[in-house]
Amino acid sequence: MATTLADREARLAFRLLAPTALIVMAVVLFPVAWNLWLSLKPIGLADLRGDALFRLDLGFDNYRTVIQDPDFSGVCLTTLIYAGLGSGLSILLGLAAALLVHGEFKGRGLLRGLFISPYIAPVVAVTFAWSFILDPQLGLVNRLAMDWGLWHRPIPFLSQQGWETDLWGWTVYLPLALISVILFEGWRYFPFAFLFILARLQAIDEDLYLAARVDGAGPLQRFRHVTLPQLYTVLANLFLFRFIWTVNKFDDIFLLTRGQAGTKVLTVSVYEHAFGRFDIGAGSALAMLLFALLTLFLVAYFRWIVREAESFL
Amino acid sequence: MSTSTRSVLNRERMEEALIRVLRLAGFILFLPLVLLPFYWMVISALRPLQDLLLRPANLWPDWDRIGFQAFYDVLFEHGFLRYILNSAYVSLATVVLSTALAVLGGYAVTRLRFRGQPLLSHGILLIYMFPAIVLAVPLYVIFSRLGLRDSVHALILVYLAQTLPVALYMLRSYFMTLPPELEHAGLVDGCTRLGVIWRIVLPLSAPALAGVALYTFMIAWNEFLFAFMFLDTPEKFTLSLGVVQLAESVHLSKQLVMAASVLVTFPVLVVFFLFERFLVRGLAAGAVKG
Repeated sequence: MATTLADREARLAFRLLAPTALIVMAVVLFPVAWNLWLSLKPIGLADLRGDALFRLDLGFDNYRTVIQDPDFSGVCLTTLIYAGLGSGLSILLGLAAALLVHGEFKGRGLLRGLFISPYIAPVVAVTFAWSFILDPQLGLVNRLAMDWGLWHRPIPFLSQQGWETDLWGWTVYLPLALISVILFEGWRYFPFAFLFILARLQAIDEDLYLAARVDGAGPLQRFRHVTLPQLYTVLANLFLFRFIWTVNKFDDIFLLTRGQAGTKVLTVSVYEHAFGRFDIGAGSALAMLLFALLTLFLVAYFRWIVREAESFL
Repeated sequence: MSTSTRSVLNRERMEEALIRVLRLAGFILFLPLVLLPFYWMVISALRPLQDLLLRPANLWPDWDRIGFQAFYDVLFEHGFLRYILNSAYVSLATVVLSTALAVLGGYAVTRLRFRGQPLLSHGILLIYMFPAIVLAVPLYVIFSRLGLRDSVHALILVYLAQTLPVALYMLRSYFMTLPPELEHAGLVDGCTRLGVIWRIVLPLSAPALAGVALYTFMIAWNEFLFAFMFLDTPEKFTLSLGVVQLAESVHLSKQLVMAASVLVTFPVLVVFFLFERFLVRGLAAGAVKG
C-alpha cells in the first residue's frame, strides 16, 4: 500500500499540530465542557476533594439559584452598560488619537508608542495607579479639585455607588463607581481602537481627498464625506469586537472595585459565587449563562460580518 | 465669480486653522491624560514618604529629595526580587515553548494540506472569545484534583493556551508571504519538512519570530487572573500577584504599591519599545492580504 504524498503531509501536519491542539483542548475546550458538568451539580468548595465531584446528581438547582438571586438582573444590566459605554468610549478616544497622529510629522513614531502604553502596561500597575490618583484621601484628583474649589468634600470615585448633584436645577443621580470604571475602560483600551483606525486612515486613497478638493470641499467637509464613510466598517467592527471582549473582562473591575458599589459585572459575579460564597456549582452555572450570552453576541457578530462581506459582491 | 473664489479660500483657510488649533488642544489634553498614571507611579515611588502624605497633590516633586528607598524596601523586604525571577521564568518559558510550537503549527497550517485546515486557519482566533473566568473555575477544580494547584508549570501551560492561537495566526500570516519555491528547492535536495523549517523557513522569519516572542512575553508577564487563582505559596508568586498582595496589606503605604507597580511595568514597556516594529510587521503581514 503506497502512502501518497497527501497522506504523508496530513500525518506530518497532525504531528506538528498535536501539541498545540492538545494544549488548547486541555485548557480551553475541556474546561468549558467540564463547566457544564459542574453547573448541573451541587458542588461547594469543600467538595473538591471528595467523590461528590463525580456523583451523578444532576439538576438545574444551580441555575435556579443564580437566576433567582436578587442581584442577577442588575448584574446583567451593569455588564451591558459597562461593555457598551466602555467600548464606545474607547473607540471615540481611539478615533481622536488616530486623527491626532495621522499625517506626516516628526516624532510620530514616538507619539504612537506613547499612546499605546495604557494597553501594554500590566493591568495591576495601571489599576493601582488610577486607584491611587482617585483616592479620596491621598489622591491627586480630589486634592487638586478641592484646592481649586471644584468640590468641597472628597469624592470616593471607586467606592461610592451613586452621587447626587444639582445640575441646572435638576437633581441628577450619577452611578459614580460605574462611570469611573467605564472611564478607566476607555482609557485603557483606546490604543486598540487607535491602532486599527490609524491603519485604516493611512490606507485611504489620497485620490479621494483630491477629488473632494477639486469639488470644492473644505477640510471639515472632507472629513465628513470622505474619511468617516471609509471608517464606518472599522468602527463598527471594532465596537462589536470590543463589546464582546469587554463582556469577558474580569481583571479590571475586580482590581478597581472588587465589584462593589454597583460595578458588579457577570465575570466578577461568577468569581464571587465560586470563591466568595464557596458555591462552585452556582459559579459554573452563571459562567455557562455568560457563555451562552456570548455565543449569542458572536453569532450576531458573524452574521453581520457575512452580510457586510456580501454587500460588496 | 472672483468673490466666490475668495470666500471659498477664506473658509478653507479658516477651517484649516481651526483644525490646527483643535489638534494642538488635542495633544495638550490627550497626552497628559494618557501618561498621567505612569508619571504618578514613578513620582510617588521616588518621593520621600512624608512628602507624599503631607502634600499629596504636589505635581512637581522636590528633585533633591527623591530617593529609591521605596524600591529598596519592595525588592528586599517584601520579596519582589523573588517575584521578578518568577515572572521572568514563567514569561521566558512561555515565550520559548509558544514560539516553538507556533512555528511547527503555523507551518503545518500554511504549507501542508490536511482535513480541517481551512477551519483551523480561520477559526483559531475564536478561542479568544471564551471568557477567562469560564475557564478559570473548572481549571481550578481540575488542577486541585490533580494536585497541580500551586504549580508554576501548570500556569505556563495555561499561558501557552492563551498565546498559541495568536502566535500561530501571526506566523501563518508571515509564512504565507514566503515564496514556497525556496522550500521546494530544499525538499528536492532531500531535506525533510522539519529540515526545511529549520534551515530555510526559520532564518527568514526572524522579524515574525521577534513579534511573536514580544507578544507572548507581554501576555505572560502582565497576566493576573490565572496567577491569582492558581498560586498559593508566596515564594511562587509572579509580579502581578505580588503587587496585589502588597496592596492588600492595609498597613503598608501606598507608596510601596507604586514602587512595585513601577517594577512590574518598566520591563514590559522597555521590551515593547525595543521590539515593537516586529510586532507591527508580524500583524500587518496578514492584514495586507486580508
